[in-house]
Amino acid sequence: MRINITVIIINVIAILGIGISFYKNREKSKMALKVALKGTLNMAPAIGIIIVLVGLLLGFFKPEFISKLLGNQSGIIGIALASVAGAILMIPSLVAFPLTASLVESGASISVAAAFITTLTMIGFVTLPIEIKELGTKLTFLRNGISFIIAVGIALIMGAIL
Amino acid sequence: MMNKDLNNKKQQHGNSMKKKKNKKGGIILFAGILIAAVILIILYPENKDASIQASYDIFIELIQILPAIMVLMGLFTVWVSKEIVVKYLGHASGITGLGLALFMGMIPTGPLYIAFPIASMLLKKGARVANIIIFLSAWACIKLPQELMELRFMGFKFMIVRLIFTVVMVILMGLFIEKIDGSSKSSEVKSIED
Repeated sequence: MRINITVIIINVIAILGIGISFYKNREKSKMALKVALKGTLNMAPAIGIIIVLVGLLLGFFKPEFISKLLGNQSGIIGIALASVAGAILMIPSLVAFPLTASLVESGASISVAAAFITTLTMIGFVTLPIEIKELGTKLTFLRNGISFIIAVGIALIMGAIL
Repeated sequence: MMNKDLNNKKQQHGNSMKKKKNKKGGIILFAGILIAAVILIILYPENKDASIQASYDIFIELIQILPAIMVLMGLFTVWVSKEIVVKYLGHASGITGLGLALFMGMIPTGPLYIAFPIASMLLKKGARVANIIIFLSAWACIKLPQELMELRFMGFKFMIVRLIFTVVMVILMGLFIEKIDGSSKSSEVKSIED
């Protein structure tokens, strides 16, 4: 089993955090653990879906296919595909990273990965109605529209320098 | 007063109903995908081993890191309340305001749709449009736990480069949208203040 340094650091921070928290206030710390548990349970279906999807993705599609569809030679079409998918899909960003990482491992380009993650997090297609209601049509469309352009821009730059 | 309480309760009730419905939908979707996966593997058994291996690998990777991330989010939720975010964002302006908006957005305190009402309230209180856009964008895409997951799965270089570009772009976007939007809202707020 491979355990990498990031994993160790994050777990140490979490343990230290909850330790200090318990030292300062027991009740609040219990509540924090409750929030964590609830969050995990809420995310459980999404986690399960990602685990199954990654399995299918890597099991069924040859790396050549993925790299043809989303690799460097796919160019702007791959990036466009990833950006639109990211804008529409509602995947919790936390579990989107393992998915994206396995795509990259099987041949998707860095640009495609960056485009997908950036639109996924910045643009909320499903939450548009709430955003319009709270902030107005103008601000909402400006924010989401410009975010989309930014996502593509970041993707292209990252593809060029990484 | 009682009416208001009642309304609040109704709203809370509605929210929890919605959440339950979402959760149920998620479980149904998961079941559907699982069944589809099983059928696919029965139809194409040559892909079985690779699929199961890939699923197992990702499961192990998630279980190593997700509990810690969720605990960190829980700690933030409890120790940094929404009120603190609002308090600091409401007053600041200039460069400090931009930085604070960015920082406040990074603190993990819930999904984006919670941020919209906060943003709307801050706007009404007279916060800069640029700050609000930066706050929302940071809330959406520069969350601390998210960066940790990105670091773990995409590597340091990918994470840091994307982070730097995103921060720069988000600040520029905030200033740009403020310029376009400009006149209407800020003058309204000013006239109320006068």
